[in-house]
Amino acid sequence: MSMITYHHENGHTDLIVAVAGTSVMRAAVINGVEGIIGECGGQAMCATCHVYVREEFLDLLPEMSDDEEEMLEITASPRDEVRSRLGCQLKITTSLNEIAVDVPPMQVQ
Amino acid sequence: MTENIVIIGGGQSGVQLCDSLRTEGYVGAITLYASETHLPYQRPPLSKDFIAEGADAVALPLRAERFFADRAVDFYPGISVTSIDLGIKTVTLSDETSTNYSSLVFATGARNRTLTIEGSNLAGIHYLRTLDDATLLRGELAQATRTVVVGAGFIGLEFAAAARQRGLDVTVLEFGPRPMGRVLSEPMSRYFTEAHTRNGISMKLGEGIAAFGGDGGRITSAIGTSGTEYPANIVLVGVGVIPNDELASAAGIDSENGIIVNATLQTSDPDVFALGDCARYPHAQTGVMTRLESVQNATDQAKTLAKTLTGYPANYDSLAWFWSQQGPIKLQIAGITDGHDKSVLRGNLQANKFSIYCFRDTALVGVESVNSPADHMTARRVLTSGFPISPEQIADSGFDLKSHLKAFELADRG
Repeated sequence: MSMITYHHENGHTDLIVAVAGTSVMRAAVINGVEGIIGECGGQAMCATCHVYVREEFLDLLPEMSDDEEEMLEITASPRDEVRSRLGCQLKITTSLNEIAVDVPPMQVQ
Repeated sequence: MTENIVIIGGGQSGVQLCDSLRTEGYVGAITLYASETHLPYQRPPLSKDFIAEGADAVALPLRAERFFADRAVDFYPGISVTSIDLGIKTVTLSDETSTNYSSLVFATGARNRTLTIEGSNLAGIHYLRTLDDATLLRGELAQATRTVVVGAGFIGLEFAAAARQRGLDVTVLEFGPRPMGRVLSEPMSRYFTEAHTRNGISMKLGEGIAAFGGDGGRITSAIGTSGTEYPANIVLVGVGVIPNDELASAAGIDSENGIIVNATLQTSDPDVFALGDCARYPHAQTGVMTRLESVQNATDQAKTLAKTLTGYPANYDSLAWFWSQQGPIKLQIAGITDGHDKSVLRGNLQANKFSIYCFRDTALVGVESVNSPADHMTARRVLTSGFPISPEQIADSGFDLKSHLKAFELADRG
């Protein structure tokens, strides 16, 4: 069991317990975390699960695919060159067994 | 009478409508009947991730379980509507009770067209639409080595690519001359034929299905219209869908290949509406009566209808877009390319990263993108903003589409 923390702009925080293999998008959708949509179901095609990863977890993240790189150019809230990722591409694993993200103000233009 | 919006169908459009009604400030009752017993789930992954080896066996829900209580939606899974009395505005349910409505919404979706040919009842022949379909298919895939896919549409090819990734021998039979011929431009169809063939899938175009062969009640082969026999221990049939409009027509609502609605998604009865896969509506851009099967169509129609039902009548005019994931290929389509007379390629076909821009009378009507999500998102903005772009500009690889679009959008707002 691992913990995903979602920080919202209004100061509210969601703490979600997730099992290995679950993505940051999936855990959010299943548990009704506001502000993460996941419209395409996790195919890196819609950029509606954009998150800003908190600094202390950046070194643990999987490498970014070309698709994800391209989608991050068209997110509704501005891309942060260092912290922006798609939640569907961040899966809980042995190396990433805890993560905290900030939920952007907008996912859809 | 107290307000009660009754929604029939717990798919993408029905659930989105519950959400959007509350977002728009509706405070009356919402009653949602879903014939399936599962928590409403996302269908698109069922023909992609869900059937991949080692994939998560739990479907991705459309909303968290507590959504229905949080939004005060009276949700009845496993309950279907059996008849409607438009005169007294009442629906009768499968549990033999009945409920009054102030507005009634059909979000009844569509069902798979099925084959009735020799051998079509053999075990091992599958259709794919619901979570139960996908769970059954996934269970049998573990033992399967050879599959025949009947129909080269989105579902058939998504499954074919996923089965290939699992190491199965895959043969696709398509009656028409090209894959996804109903929705794709000719050059894009050709690309998919070649890409799937390179990937080891045997694409049999112009080959319909004549019969299935079996042994002991289980599928052993598919026999094409050419007479060729293709061995198979699992078959997926994806030959299109039929809109669920019978309940509406039985109640006296105009239906013909879908429930007929006007631009506000209102049926021939002023208190009854329809949206999503089951509704046929006048398309804002083409004027043609259209029925689309897509997440975008379901979601955006629900958002539009929520406005109308809360006292701000709105016409549905969103840009249509679609996607399909076929093995390593991401296909995204913006707009409706029906009836285009010119197509222009931009990007790198050899690198499997390009878009095809479709024009009708020199106006851009749709864009098909392969592994180019940024092209797709730009295309959506071009088509929505009405930015005039010519085939010549698209053909010019030096033309900076993004910055020209940005300038146009700024001028348009200014």
